[in-house]
Amino acid sequence: MATKNIMIVGVGGQGSLLASKLLGRLLVDEGFDVKVSEVHGMSQRGGSVVTYVKFGDKAYSPIIEEGEADFIVSFEKIEAARYIKNLRKGGTVIVNTQQIDPMPVIIGNAEYPADILDEMKAKGVHVDDIDALSLASQAGSAKACNIVLMGRLAKYFDIPYEKWESAIEKCVKPNFIAINKKAFELGYHN
Amino acid sequence: MKELMIGNAALARGLYEAGCSVISSYPGTPSTEITEEFAKFNDTYCEWAPNEKVAMETAFGASLRGKRSACCMKHVGLNVAADPLFTMSYTGVNAGMVICVADDPGMHSSQNEQDSRHYAVAAKVPMLEPSDSQEALDFAKVAYEISETFDTPVFIKMCTRVAHSQSITQTGERTLVTKEYVKNPKKYIMAPANAIARHPFVEERTAKLTEYAETSPLNRVEEGTGEYDFGIITSSTSYQYVKEVFGDKAAVLKLGIVNPLPVNLIKDFARKAGKVYVIEELDPIIETHCKNIGVNVIGKEKFSMMGEFSQKTIAKAFGLEEKESVCLDTAIPVRPPMMCSGCPHRGMYYVLAKNKITVLGDIGCYTLGSMPPLNALDMTLCMGASVSGLHGYNKAGGEETENKTVCVIGDSTFMHSGVTGLINIAYNQSNSTVIILDNSITGMTGHQQNPTTGYNIKGDPAGKVNLESLCHSVGIHSVRVVDPYDLEECERVVKEELAKNEPSVIISRRPCVLLKYVKPKKPLHINPDKCRGCKRCMKFGCPSISFRDKHAVIDNTLCIGCGVCASLCPFDAFESEGE
Repeated sequence: MATKNIMIVGVGGQGSLLASKLLGRLLVDEGFDVKVSEVHGMSQRGGSVVTYVKFGDKAYSPIIEEGEADFIVSFEKIEAARYIKNLRKGGTVIVNTQQIDPMPVIIGNAEYPADILDEMKAKGVHVDDIDALSLASQAGSAKACNIVLMGRLAKYFDIPYEKWESAIEKCVKPNFIAINKKAFELGYHN
Repeated sequence: MKELMIGNAALARGLYEAGCSVISSYPGTPSTEITEEFAKFNDTYCEWAPNEKVAMETAFGASLRGKRSACCMKHVGLNVAADPLFTMSYTGVNAGMVICVADDPGMHSSQNEQDSRHYAVAAKVPMLEPSDSQEALDFAKVAYEISETFDTPVFIKMCTRVAHSQSITQTGERTLVTKEYVKNPKKYIMAPANAIARHPFVEERTAKLTEYAETSPLNRVEEGTGEYDFGIITSSTSYQYVKEVFGDKAAVLKLGIVNPLPVNLIKDFARKAGKVYVIEELDPIIETHCKNIGVNVIGKEKFSMMGEFSQKTIAKAFGLEEKESVCLDTAIPVRPPMMCSGCPHRGMYYVLAKNKITVLGDIGCYTLGSMPPLNALDMTLCMGASVSGLHGYNKAGGEETENKTVCVIGDSTFMHSGVTGLINIAYNQSNSTVIILDNSITGMTGHQQNPTTGYNIKGDPAGKVNLESLCHSVGIHSVRVVDPYDLEECERVVKEELAKNEPSVIISRRPCVLLKYVKPKKPLHINPDKCRGCKRCMKFGCPSISFRDKHAVIDNTLCIGCGVCASLCPFDAFESEGE
């Protein structure tokens, strides 16, 4: 199978680590060669963060470059836009509609581009937007946004639902499995 | 067992399987997880040292005693450890010793982009360079064999993309190797007479290692399909980018040993390949070697000495077609990293910025105080430089600067190399005010214990340096402790200490809000009837506060209820739950 590329983007602290751990676990269990790459350290402190997940018969480079991503899963609205140049033609953006103001917006040096998803759609990008924060709260924890988004991503794959569930069981602490399974289900079915 | 592992975890596993029994390190992105992962094994000893020099010397001591050892650090940490390094090259080792060093091309979390390979060349110490997690594990074992066979410490050089990328890794069993300690003054006492006698050994060793590099499987030729009229010499993560672009079609000399570099292997490869490109991040180490041995290569004229590479870098350099992508018309505001909601550093920075105090800074989360809206810093150089820099600044500035300049340094950084600067302040008596931002953890690198926290790497109770006593004992008479959540107290104490005609230390103490034992309070909210939109709270730079429809609002998913913002509001608009 040709290599598939997924980018997970968001704001440092939003839980992209668990999302990439889940994907990594699942894809290894499915027998793919997998590379998962993220940057630690300074950028985690509320900055823009990006994780690359690549899988197929063989994954060489850990990086996903311009025009290469099959999917961009974004935890925040403008973070999807920040990395849109990495999407390949015909790729899909799954985006949590949550707005988190970056510091230049907070201190009034820049405006938050609230209509950015419409602009992406107008440019022909397939945008799948979802209020993951509400769904996560419905599942029992606002922190489960990441798993709601993984639920939505799962709809685009041929991997059976139970395989995703079993990957959740392997990656999440026992106390949180139920909430995360619910979050996954809400992402998958809404 | 096959597992998806980051390069650093795989390297830790490799060290473990190779029988490494002692690791001493200082944390630094992107090297930190090597030691953190190693600490999870039970049948080994592992510690955080106060700095990289101490770590390297500790590992040396363990090797001397007969246990395989290692120390791990980031590229700039190797500068700190350079002193023992250069002489350990002369003494060699008893049991094998590995130095893991992680470079950060692109400066994701570093203050410079130095290339650690220079150290291997300069200190005449062999260096291995893995390109993925499996190689990180395998190379660790080879490194110990080289170390003991050739009587030398051995470098394993990581970079951000190898250290922090996960790939599938086959793990194995641990084999313990130990050596007898035998007293050997000629080898281990590097006084001039002995060192003079050891230097020829170092030169002979390099010659033997060059021979080894000619045939080692770590340096391998991939023939290619003959489709291209050129060959590529590469190593580390650049190898992955080359493979991504050319697959198995191009001829590649993949180097796993980057010091010393082979001669005949490169000459043979170049003879068959015709035109040769050298693709290496940062400095032209391989390229310069090729040119020195008379092999004409194309390197830095096509590939930058700055930043990270990717498959795009390589495709572009070879004139291959660029991939189609979408471009938006709207500018997206940048999202730089910043201090967290409730970060204790923010209060002290607010006070310093408000009083227009010149602030010499240091390395850690608190470097983020340089960002708008606080813009609180004037200088950041390297670990510990704030304290010694302040001393020099005040010696040069005298009365003009002494009462309006401070330095800020974290607890871990102070232990690393700030305390020697403070000793200089006390000894040579500059009228300097040092602020220790004590958040009771090494923050930026992801919460490592340090000598001031009272816990060791495993989280067990350990010795604890008392900062107040330490400062007193080196000769600072005025040592004050403040809570950075109390802005009034901070302002009063800073002004008082600056006014004094003697060296002083202010310890700004409150634990990092991300620590598990720090329980967040309920988020505050802003009463829109009381908020008049004056934006005074926005000057605090808390990511939880933003401005919507002429009022400040609090994001209750981010706010941890520290309440410092409430003290800034002239209209009492900030309310806690239940009000």
